[in-house]
Amino acid sequence: MAKEQYPKAYLYMRIVQSKLFIDKSFAEPINLEDITNEAFFSKFHFIRTFKSIYGETPHQYLKKIRIEKAKQFLKGGKSVNEVCQSVGFESASSFMGLFKKATKQTPSEFRNAYLKRKEIEKKSPLKFVPGCFMVAP
Amino acid sequence: MDLQMTHTTIYVLNQESAFDFYVNKLGFEVKTDVPLGPTLRWLTVCPKGQDLEIILMPIAEGMLFNKQSAKQMSDLVKSGTLGFGVIKCKDVYASYEELKAKGVQFKKEPRKSPFGIEAVLCDDSGNWFSLQEKT
Repeated sequence: MAKEQYPKAYLYMRIVQSKLFIDKSFAEPINLEDITNEAFFSKFHFIRTFKSIYGETPHQYLKKIRIEKAKQFLKGGKSVNEVCQSVGFESASSFMGLFKKATKQTPSEFRNAYLKRKEIEKKSPLKFVPGCFMVAP
Repeated sequence: MDLQMTHTTIYVLNQESAFDFYVNKLGFEVKTDVPLGPTLRWLTVCPKGQDLEIILMPIAEGMLFNKQSAKQMSDLVKSGTLGFGVIKCKDVYASYEELKAKGVQFKKEPRKSPFGIEAVLCDDSGNWFSLQEKT
């Protein structure tokens, strides 16, 4: 599709590239300058446009993506301290506070709940399959 | 009456690449992923923040299909006949650009329609979805 076929296509591409940059660089100590450089915008224009498209500021999105990645790492078996460092938080207390706020669970509680479910899946896999799929003709 | 849909099915040609598409490209969460024997896997995914489990059901002889119906279903999916639903997002243009950057194929680029801006994307098997803005 030609970029001119929908309004502000060029702007959208820049903002999406900056979001993908956050997705890729979440573990680095990135700041707004890094992201605005990626998008070639002024800081103010960038924040306003990003928020109008995604409903949250780049900083809020970065925090959210770090928590999402932390959940993945916890499921993968990393310790809470390892996860904290792996997702770019400088202090364990700010990581644990944000994690609890976002998920209503501490990182340890989240991991334990996940491991408990995996254990049940392993012991009784058919518990998760609706019966109709097992007896269908 | 208190009815709630908890599971629905998308028929896929290959579970491994469907996993990559729905989890790594669309960003869905894995709900259940359990082996049910040497070749069978019960795999369900869900858009973040929703409770509906989408079963990524392989089109293969065995569960649900016999040899003939598996071939028929496989042909239908490959030919892009089957549309499986509507996916809503905050901004269709942004989602279109992001998914395109991740290699997702579109049958229809974002365009204004009587019910809003819409694009149509395809999964790795050939199933298609309407991508629309939340209202």
